[in-house]
Amino acid sequence: MQVTVKVNGVEYTREIEPRLLLVHFLRDELGLTGTHWGCDTSNCGVCVVQVDGSPVKSCTMLAAMAGGHEVRTVEGLEQDGELDPIQQGFMSEHGLQCGFCTPGMMLTTRWLLDANPHPSDAEIREAISGNLCRCTGYENIVRAVRWAADHPKVAETEEVAP
Amino acid sequence: MQVPAPFEYERASSVDDAIALLERHGEEARLIAGGQSLLPLMKLRFAAPEVLVDINDLNELQRIWVAGDQLHVGALVRHAELLDSAVVGEHYRILHDAERVIADPVVRNRGTVGGSLCHADPAEDLSAALAAIRADVLIKSSGGERVLPVRELQTGPFETCLAPAEIVTEIRLPIRASTGSAYTKVERRAGDYAVAAAGAVVTLDGDTISEVGLGLAAVGAPHLVAARAEDAVRGRIADDESIDLAARVAADECQPPTDQRGPSDYKRALAGELVRRALRTAIARCRGQEA
Repeated sequence: MQVTVKVNGVEYTREIEPRLLLVHFLRDELGLTGTHWGCDTSNCGVCVVQVDGSPVKSCTMLAAMAGGHEVRTVEGLEQDGELDPIQQGFMSEHGLQCGFCTPGMMLTTRWLLDANPHPSDAEIREAISGNLCRCTGYENIVRAVRWAADHPKVAETEEVAP
Repeated sequence: MQVPAPFEYERASSVDDAIALLERHGEEARLIAGGQSLLPLMKLRFAAPEVLVDINDLNELQRIWVAGDQLHVGALVRHAELLDSAVVGEHYRILHDAERVIADPVVRNRGTVGGSLCHADPAEDLSAALAAIRADVLIKSSGGERVLPVRELQTGPFETCLAPAEIVTEIRLPIRASTGSAYTKVERRAGDYAVAAAGAVVTLDGDTISEVGLGLAAVGAPHLVAARAEDAVRGRIADDESIDLAARVAADECQPPTDQRGPSDYKRALAGELVRRALRTAIARCRGQEA
């Protein structure tokens, strides 16, 4: 079957098998390997992408179901050469160790901050309760999200050390 | 890599279209809404439908509204939307209690109310909460529509009484005066299925329990309710003695399976305690006390 999906603002049309999962469509058909593929059971959340602005686990959605919808992956966070504040927050606060959970963490928490610009620590932890960090680096992940909440337009106002 | 068995994919444009597609493809066709339960089963090849009918475009099933003395919830309302709905929380705190502990926020963005009911997982929290509420479902087919109590929809684990070309379009919840409700669950870790969970809906007439609904998830209760415990306390004074009685009878009538979440005896004791807590909170809320 043919499916057309808008990913990070670009429309892609591909001939696919109906059983193809969105995570494999993104990685194998489009080469967008920033979306990771983890537990395959909708538990770990490393495959989280945004569909029409809401985070979903792309291992538990068919690519066919994304047809006609807008998908945002980690590759779509940066805008015009500037990292999103959530990306800068993860960098500043050492929010990643091995980095495997990071794309999913960032897409979930970008959504959190869009809906709730000043979340409490409890709200941050609740939001990422479907995203597992097996380095157990949650303290710094929460700090990274808090940093992004405190710097909503960081790119315009201050430099972040590389 | 887990890959579903091959299937044909159809996208329905309306309820009538979905019914027509189900009729055309017969018993091997399945509806898919959020897919948060069905897709994992298909990936494990526990389910292998030949045709999937995607109903995510049916905007007509995505509303929540009040009409007369009923709260209506469209079958395609997402768990996250039920949790965010002020009118749902106003009438049924039990649903917000339950939604907070169903899976995780990302899964709740996709999974639907109707899908949870029709999947008929015996450990599913929303089904137990809706059974406690004594909600009804509206079922449509090419022959017309029928209304069925939620308590009669599920006929066993992962089984419903739906005919192959029937579709649940709506859940109807009675709005009763002087009613309080609560849901409580024990899980091994955030987002997991319940070890045991209990929901209570209580209507008081003065100090008397005039109606009560007790839902139980994951502990082998027929139709996910503690019917004998309900009968035992209906008409009694809403005091600690009645609450203890309900807890005892509910623990006695459930049949928890022994599995990796714990032995049967432990779950039975837990079910009783959770009934006690849910009932106590529901009564307090009914009296306007925060709990």
